[in-house]
Amino acid sequence: MLSRVANSLYWMSRYVERSENIARIVDVNLQLLLDFRNLDHQALAGHWVPIVQSTGDEQAFFALHPKATGQAVTQFLVFQTENPNSIVSSMGSARENARMVRDQITSELWEELNRLFLFLKSKAGRDLWKVSPSEFLQEVKACSLHLQGLADATVVHNEGWQFMQVGKFLERADKTTRMLDVRHKSAQPAQLDGEIPIVSQSDALEWSAVLRSCSAWDAYKSLHGAEVSPRLVAEFLLFSEDFPRSVHFSVRALDTALRAISGASPGRFTNVAEKLCGRLLPEFQFSTIEEIFETGFHKYLDLVQQKLNAIGEAVFTAYIFQRFDAFDQAIQQQQQQQ
Amino acid sequence: MNKTRQPGWERTSRESFALPAFGVFSREKARANVLARFVPKPGRPRSIEGRRMLLQNYIGDRFFDEMSLGQSGVRQHYQRFIASFGNCTPPDFEQKRRAVDLAFLRQGITFNVYGDSQGAERIFPFDLVPRIIPAGEWEQLERGLIQRITALNLFLHDIYHEQKIVKDGVIPAFYILSAKHFRREFVNFSVPGNIYIHVCGTDLIRGEDGRYLVLEDNGRTPSGVSYVLENRRAMKRSFPEIFESVGVRPVDHYPAELLKVLRHIAPPGVADPTVVLLTPGAFNSAYFEHTYLARQMGIEIVEGRDLVVRDARVYMRTTKGPQQVHVIYRRIDDDFLDPTVFRSDSALGVPGLLHAYRSGNVSLANSVGTGVADDKAMYYFVPRMIKYYLGEEPLLDNVPTYLASEPKDKKYMLENTEKLVIKAANESGGYGMLMGPMASQAEIEEFRKRIEADSRNYIGQPMISLSRHPTFINETDSFEGRHIDLRPFVLFGEKPVIVPGGLTRVALTRDSLVVNSSQGGGSKDTWVLYGDD
Repeated sequence: MLSRVANSLYWMSRYVERSENIARIVDVNLQLLLDFRNLDHQALAGHWVPIVQSTGDEQAFFALHPKATGQAVTQFLVFQTENPNSIVSSMGSARENARMVRDQITSELWEELNRLFLFLKSKAGRDLWKVSPSEFLQEVKACSLHLQGLADATVVHNEGWQFMQVGKFLERADKTTRMLDVRHKSAQPAQLDGEIPIVSQSDALEWSAVLRSCSAWDAYKSLHGAEVSPRLVAEFLLFSEDFPRSVHFSVRALDTALRAISGASPGRFTNVAEKLCGRLLPEFQFSTIEEIFETGFHKYLDLVQQKLNAIGEAVFTAYIFQRFDAFDQAIQQQQQQQ
Repeated sequence: MNKTRQPGWERTSRESFALPAFGVFSREKARANVLARFVPKPGRPRSIEGRRMLLQNYIGDRFFDEMSLGQSGVRQHYQRFIASFGNCTPPDFEQKRRAVDLAFLRQGITFNVYGDSQGAERIFPFDLVPRIIPAGEWEQLERGLIQRITALNLFLHDIYHEQKIVKDGVIPAFYILSAKHFRREFVNFSVPGNIYIHVCGTDLIRGEDGRYLVLEDNGRTPSGVSYVLENRRAMKRSFPEIFESVGVRPVDHYPAELLKVLRHIAPPGVADPTVVLLTPGAFNSAYFEHTYLARQMGIEIVEGRDLVVRDARVYMRTTKGPQQVHVIYRRIDDDFLDPTVFRSDSALGVPGLLHAYRSGNVSLANSVGTGVADDKAMYYFVPRMIKYYLGEEPLLDNVPTYLASEPKDKKYMLENTEKLVIKAANESGGYGMLMGPMASQAEIEEFRKRIEADSRNYIGQPMISLSRHPTFINETDSFEGRHIDLRPFVLFGEKPVIVPGGLTRVALTRDSLVVNSSQGGGSKDTWVLYGDD
């Protein structure tokens, strides 16, 4: 398969997943604010700034907006094209990538992607946002899920599809760590006597928002009941083996997809991406949340994000843009074989 | 900053790749409701009684009409069609029309509109009344087209080698040496099988007497063939019963024939060549056609950045490492093929590609340097080429042409500008053209100045009233005569092959003679019959 095609499929899928996650974050936090009373400017900024920070676009945000008001943050995350990771920008990029490989994806997939993009840019879209942000964001989420369903059900599960999986799960793992990171301040380790810090009511509300941002509320509840504690939430979203948005689940799916591309058997690797991913996977199998809270939750999440980035870069060098020395070596080998 | 963004990965440091000759696309003009605009409008109440026969009252007048003989009826080769088509009621017809438009939009059979990067796709309006050509007439055309492409290929070989035609004084050296697309770099370079033009789109028109005339030869990267194939599919879906009774020759083997040509020109010694289609990218107006043809032929569609040259060989970057490419069906003009040879600002091409080409490790279709045959001043000499190389009389005539660099012609052109069509020698798509009878005094003066200043690059032709064909017109809800042309596609590999048919373009605006898609043109299916009636 052409490297460029693989690259476009990877990014198309990654950008769709990205816009879905942003839609969740915005939706949940808009609703969360309804639960608080008497919020002053300070408190509001305290609520929104971590959300901007979690997307990694803090600098870009403050270059455009002096204050982190709800209005500014939602504009920035949903509509602003100056923000390359806003929903509109992400869907635009997903569509541009899909266009490059239009002959490689199914027409259902293309039409749905195109439809959502045109909706986001339309007056009808803007109007819906004004009347009901929640419905607007629901449309984005539903479309992303529709696209993923179409990809699974209408696209041949060949190499190209595996690249779409890689993009999707890399993005999902990354975004779940970022959603956890929003509330890292209230993730305190147990005290010396083993006493677990008491969770304030507002903390509990904020952590339940984290769960909702990952569509994990129902899954969590059925496991732990309605009591929301930071360590149980963090544990669930990092380590759950079978919740499809947990980091563990995503990294395992990523590992499977990477090995499906090269044909490597489990536990082995044929390139740097597979090596890094294979090393990351056991970290979720053999860790406890206490250890992580001890070393510092934020630091830990940051490290995971860096490792995920490294995998993404390794995929790029292995398949998309091989370094020239590797490329020349491969040509030499081919010529010798002839 | 978020590091997980899609990296730019062009070889150059340029932010985005510029498309110099293909128009500029502006980001800010995002049109939202594009889809909505293309969904066919809900039908207006029809005042017609349900069973009136379609095309019953159509009468061609003034111009040569492809179907109608005026008051005395319908031409022989349209009679079977009319008999079947007439059974279709207006509501049926309306329903079929909508179904076809929607199918085209859904499948993305669209062309891109420049200056509008997002949602910038339109369907090429398609008219359901086919243009019909009887067997005998087609045979004549076929012979004429093959004669022409054979002579053009001999001419190209000659001017890039011995230049006998110049030495024998048939064509003045001045015209060749001053041709914009004459590639001195390729003099004495031999192309595989001595074939220069592998794919030629020749534009034909019919004047008032119905005689076919060649309007121009497109020997570089002619487009439109995907519409030939898709129009036929749409017609078969809409009117299966008519095909049975009329007897229409098929066109769907075109991709297979094209692939045969491409494999034929592979470098010697390569038993199973890797063939690719090189496109300028998704923003090119013919991108749909590029993906369509690649898919039909089962070959990869690549952009310049997918190809790398090493040791004078061309490789494409795949996820499994480099893979050598042997034949490139390129849909990029010479100028943009290789920034180290032609335009250095081209980000569409492949550095080193022409070195690999000259080394014989990769073949190109069409060959480099065919643009000289597209030069409108050279067009004037094609009948002489046919006589010189083949010793035959041309079977298809040119439109009478005046060359501004001949003093006598120039005088005529300056005195009669308002009656003539003036064309720049190296422009296409309706650019650099003056339609004298329709132009303002200022425009005419402007072109007079240009003719004086740059005589080499201007030609004049009398205004030809193209033949007309009944076409359904939405605004008036009836069939009216509209001007048409015809572009058959000639393939030249082991031997010349023409798929029976071609792209019939139609000027949908009343009385307009401009059939270009960018200027309100549409298309029709072209039926070549097995027989003469």
